[in-house]
Amino acid sequence: MRIALFLTCFNDTMFPGTGRAVVEVLERLGHTVDFPQEQTCCGQLHFNTGYRPDAVPLVARFARTFADYDAVVTPSASCAGMVKENHPLLAADYAPAGLQREVAELMPRVHEFTEFLTDVLGVTEVGARFPHTVAYHPTCHSLRGLRLGERPYQLLRAVKDLELVEVPAADSCCGFGGTFAVKNADTSAAMLADKADTVRAAGAEVLCAADNSCLLHIGGGLSRQGSPVRTMHLAEILAATEGVAR
Amino acid sequence: MTAPNDRGVVWLGSPAFPEAAREALKDGQLRANLRRATATIRDKRLSVSAELDDWEQLRDAAAAIKQHTARHLDRYLVQLEESVTAAGGTVHWAADAAEANRIVTELVRATGGSDDETREVVKVKSMATQEIGLNEHLAEHGITAYETDLAELIVQLGDDRPSHILVPAIHKNRTEIRDLFAAEMGRHGIAAPEGLTDEPRALAEAARRHLRHKFLSAKVAVSGANFACADTGTVLVVESEGNGRMCLTLPETLITVMGIEKVIPSFADLEVFLQLLPRSSTGERMNPYTSAWSGTTEGDGPSAFHLVLLDNGRTDTLADPVGRQALGCIRCSACLNVCPVFERTGGHAYGSVYPGPIGAVLTPQLVGVDSDTKGAAASLPFASTLCGACYDACPVKINIPEVLTHLRAKVVEAEGGRTVEALAMKAAGKVLDSPRLLTAAQKAAALGGKVLARDGRIGRLPGPLHGWTDSRDTPAPPTESFRSWWRKNREGGTS
Amino acid sequence: MSSREAILARIRAAVADAPAEEPPLPRAYRRSHLAPGADPVGLFAERVADYRATVTRTDPAGLPAALAAALTAHGARRLAVPAGFPAELLPPGAWQWHHEPLTVPELDGLDGSLTLAAVGIAVTGTLVLDAGPGHGRRALSLVPDYHLCVIRAEQIAADVPEALTRLDPARPLTFISGPSATSDIELDRVEGVHGPRTLHVIIVEPREPA
Repeated sequence: MRIALFLTCFNDTMFPGTGRAVVEVLERLGHTVDFPQEQTCCGQLHFNTGYRPDAVPLVARFARTFADYDAVVTPSASCAGMVKENHPLLAADYAPAGLQREVAELMPRVHEFTEFLTDVLGVTEVGARFPHTVAYHPTCHSLRGLRLGERPYQLLRAVKDLELVEVPAADSCCGFGGTFAVKNADTSAAMLADKADTVRAAGAEVLCAADNSCLLHIGGGLSRQGSPVRTMHLAEILAATEGVAR
Repeated sequence: MTAPNDRGVVWLGSPAFPEAAREALKDGQLRANLRRATATIRDKRLSVSAELDDWEQLRDAAAAIKQHTARHLDRYLVQLEESVTAAGGTVHWAADAAEANRIVTELVRATGGSDDETREVVKVKSMATQEIGLNEHLAEHGITAYETDLAELIVQLGDDRPSHILVPAIHKNRTEIRDLFAAEMGRHGIAAPEGLTDEPRALAEAARRHLRHKFLSAKVAVSGANFACADTGTVLVVESEGNGRMCLTLPETLITVMGIEKVIPSFADLEVFLQLLPRSSTGERMNPYTSAWSGTTEGDGPSAFHLVLLDNGRTDTLADPVGRQALGCIRCSACLNVCPVFERTGGHAYGSVYPGPIGAVLTPQLVGVDSDTKGAAASLPFASTLCGACYDACPVKINIPEVLTHLRAKVVEAEGGRTVEALAMKAAGKVLDSPRLLTAAQKAAALGGKVLARDGRIGRLPGPLHGWTDSRDTPAPPTESFRSWWRKNREGGTS
Repeated sequence: MSSREAILARIRAAVADAPAEEPPLPRAYRRSHLAPGADPVGLFAERVADYRATVTRTDPAGLPAALAAALTAHGARRLAVPAGFPAELLPPGAWQWHHEPLTVPELDGLDGSLTLAAVGIAVTGTLVLDAGPGHGRRALSLVPDYHLCVIRAEQIAADVPEALTRLDPARPLTFISGPSATSDIELDRVEGVHGPRTLHVIIVEPREPA
């Protein structure tokens, strides 16, 4: 299986460790991963802010870059959602028939990382050990967009010595919302404050999620409040092998 | 046919959502009230909807009925007109708020009672009449409209604005309501009893006493409608308190103002909506009272029934194949109750009689985003994190996030690409469509981060990013991007 | 052009994309949520009681006594009785039966009303009155503060779809699910606003229930 990593522009720039973690987990499971250098961005920023035509070249680039792979894996539920839901829509509205076809053909092969592990590879135990108390934040795009459901929890429960704790009202949005956090900064901050309170109440050392963007927002709020809770992408926990002989 | 400014819907002079929200967020009492109320109703809604294991099939059917009706709205409205007329009612058509207000005012005046009797109407809670500003219009013509729904009464006594579709006084808690009743009821009729407590039961009793004689003496009632069945001419009002039954039954004349999108093809279709609406709105298996009537009935209820069919921007909404799904709304308010933004800001920040997620898609479509009211209305599609809780809760499956991003694109289009944001987006698009430029930007970001960060974290910044940095630390971008790491470590790493 | 014509023209222009003929609508939902083999009357009684209404189950022979017991318990003495309410069911005793025509102020002066119903809905605990014989016009079961309603077991439909097929939309219909209530204060339900604050439902079953 030819697997490509679509890391997303945001992770590429801000969270390269998440990319290395995805590669490490997949290689540990015996797969080879490629990172096509022509990849950039899924266009979510433009699409969600109302700049649809500006997102179209990115749709075309995505389809071109990943056309030859059997699977495109991304550690971002929101970018996976953008690609799967909105690339076909943008192609239909703005692109020639050829691109529409390419986008349609590629879509079934695009997978969010946890869904790729559980559904495509059929794996929940990835050989990880992480002896810490961990809470999982179901981001809106993983919960209601991609409907990841139990998948992330199954993967976390299989991590050796990891203690999983619940965040109260976990399903409520953290208030990030991309440009929402800038355009409606006060409302976003109010949502963040409530989310940070519930995360602290969960009593975890680490908060993880399938989206670094939400984690950047929540972690930024926790850090500002002086909370010791760390944020980590779920993939980094699955890559962790603390104390495991390798 | 009608200028958007004649349509009402929005409160003129309302600031854009971010500014209105900023003010609302300062009100700690408001946030506590909203949190408490929305938490109560969310749990109830989830438990009663979970009782029906075919909830998703009911939602699918409801969405399909509503979309089908919208696509053939002309046919169903004509059929409704025929069946209501055949049952003894009179149908009026109003293109906009001004025309609807004029029709209702003339009907009230023509009821033929004495001057005293035509100076008062009792009202059942109705979004359509809120939208057109009917009470204000009637007042200008010397007619007092008494709101009889408890929450509407609270809003009216407080000279306040509604902040929720189902529970317009959700922003007030029991103590605030008690104080209002004690202070204001006496100025409009029967005063609140001495020593009124803030027990909801006592407050309900005070409302009962205050409104009783108004129900028993009113000659004209004005209502909205939840549904109207094209095949039978049956109109329905779904309610809880019995104020609806009073208004629909006791006066001699009933005037119902209904948005044209409230028509459904058949009486049998109610089997879907009467299961979905109460469970989605008040979290009950069934609301206490639903009244259904077809025209007039000899010896029972009003002897004259007028149905005013209101467009007021709905046909504009209908013309948008993506946006028109918002017309399927059955005003249950489930989207408000689950919305994390509404929970923090309350409804007033939306500057419209339609607040919350549904308001954010309905208001800009009813009044347009490039009209004079644009300031507030055009900000509404952005008043969402696109978290999707509204779509999950919606009993008629309105894909609110889809309509929100669709309307964002319309707002941007209306701005014509001349804003600073549009230029920045263009520039970002260029960078993001080029791995070379992206690499350069990543290096620049890493350098910039080094300058700004302390101990690896960026704190408060001035300028356009203050909204972000005021409440969050940001890690400094790493010195090496993933793509640069990959080039170094996995050169030729393709399999 | 009249507003009617203008609105219809705007609609036609707006939905010019709509196909003239459409596939049938999806109706994959259940006709009833009553569990197979479950007793609709028992569920109805339970669900009506969930609204904090009072429920009594009796057989035809026990009905007058059940009515008397209900009225005694509530302390209702002066009652509105609609035309068509079977006189033989009225219990003997110190009750005043007020028959139509009754003005609204007269209704307001009474302690309660006693009616029959057209249909019951088990799953939702709902009564439907259709202004038929023994129901009275709508005001009769609305204005007095106490509503005592008699329904026969065979009138109880399992769920909403079946109930609607049993109703005549040409008649004025009132769906009643518990006493008057409101959720307008903090979205928490409390009983008792403008409609009858007390609802008592008597279910008449063919035989004494086991």
